[in-house]
Amino acid sequence: MTRDFWLPHRIVMAALFAALVVWCVMTLRWDWLPDYLGLAAQGIWRTLWLLALSLLLGMTLAVPLGLAQAAGPLWLALPARSFCTVIRGTPLLLQLWLLYYGLGSLFPQIPWIRQSDLWPILRQAWPYGLLALTLSFAAYEGEVMRGAFRGVGKGQLEAAKSMGMPRLTILRRIWLPQALHRALPTLGGETVLQLKATPLVATITVVDIYAVASRVRQDTFITYEPLLLLAVVYMAITGLIVLAFRHFERRIPTRTA
Amino acid sequence: MLALTASSTLELLQYSPPGWGANLLRGLMNSVLIALGAFGLGAVIGVGGAYGKLYGGPVLRDLLAIYTTVVRAVPELVLILILYYAVTDAVNQILLGLGQDRIQISGFAAGIAVLGIVQGAYATEVIRGAILSVPGGQVEAARAMGMPAGLLARRITLPLMLSAALPGLANLWLIATKDTALLAVVGFGELTQETRQAAGATKAYFTFFMAAGGLYLALSISSGWLFARAERWARRGQPELRG
Repeated sequence: MTRDFWLPHRIVMAALFAALVVWCVMTLRWDWLPDYLGLAAQGIWRTLWLLALSLLLGMTLAVPLGLAQAAGPLWLALPARSFCTVIRGTPLLLQLWLLYYGLGSLFPQIPWIRQSDLWPILRQAWPYGLLALTLSFAAYEGEVMRGAFRGVGKGQLEAAKSMGMPRLTILRRIWLPQALHRALPTLGGETVLQLKATPLVATITVVDIYAVASRVRQDTFITYEPLLLLAVVYMAITGLIVLAFRHFERRIPTRTA
Repeated sequence: MLALTASSTLELLQYSPPGWGANLLRGLMNSVLIALGAFGLGAVIGVGGAYGKLYGGPVLRDLLAIYTTVVRAVPELVLILILYYAVTDAVNQILLGLGQDRIQISGFAAGIAVLGIVQGAYATEVIRGAILSVPGGQVEAARAMGMPAGLLARRITLPLMLSAALPGLANLWLIATKDTALLAVVGFGELTQETRQAAGATKAYFTFFMAAGGLYLALSISSGWLFARAERWARRGQPELRG
């Protein structure tokens, strides 16, 4: 692979790119960087755990959503279908602002919520960001899971049923594992899309890495340097996600028919 | 009580001023126009990029690979900010170099340019795949008859690839309509921004955000229907995919 990669024109391009990087480091202003390193590390950490938590919770919601659409009775399938359509048909930014400004202005008016133990958490911004990101991921992945559940061979389910396997065991042992296996190739791409959705939470005062870059811009009036660095950070995280999923997919055996 | 809230909600959404309906509809029109412009620009970039990736030289191919990879790896919000400042700066530098005064680029033009560049990266991949799905014999037959490259693209490749490209392009159009909401962050008056202003002024957050959600939903459902019709039209005369 390395032989094929280092063609002559690529060596020239790599040299030009290295020159560009050196030029950026030498001529652009980076003196603000040491002051904001701690904040940036916190921001990256917050971006990463928002991503991880919303993926986990969203996936947990996506399985019943997909199952309800693929095999549920009408009174379950219809709400699941309309939930996916509504979330996928409106911008995430709008959902985020609806939750944050709408619920955020409603909750303080309800006395028992203000007196509950949850109030110190609900007063902050991140629960609303996490909720919006989770619902969005659940809707997109629920659509994937619907197809994945439908795609599992009918014969497999009939065989299990004819052996007298209880319905829950069929789901746990036969249906769900194969559906998850089918959904896996799309999961890497969906994860990258979810990462690209996280900076929206900066608009509701959650200090993720994007918000840190905006803060630098406001404090120092330096425009390009923080944004360029921000783009590099996101590209690095995307690269790590892609590599991780490639590694993950290689470890799971696939039948080649 | 319920009747009162219902009537005040309707009043808020009325078309003429005390209501904010006109603002929302103006925002919706801006959103649709920007999405149309960005989608069109993206399709043009996509056709060019797909041809470059398939038939271009090694340097062009690598440059296009860098373009599509970078755009798809960096959040749209960050790209919008970078390109917004970069495009404005570049235009002004050129104008200053020509001895003209600097100008303020309208949010409208900048929005179309920025979202079009983002759409172009995705459209490149969609159209490249669609061109590859055109049966090779058709292209070879046209070449064997001595058809020039431009005519070949216009008469054979592009019409034949359309049926394969339309599902992907429909998806991109939906992304374009939803990505216009991101321009609210740079303060451009599209639907989401107008909604936030109306909601902030009246404190009726649920009413306005729900109303805007309804408008977005109507837009995406009706365009989904239009694209389904367009796909049926582009597929006419081809055998059914599944029997």
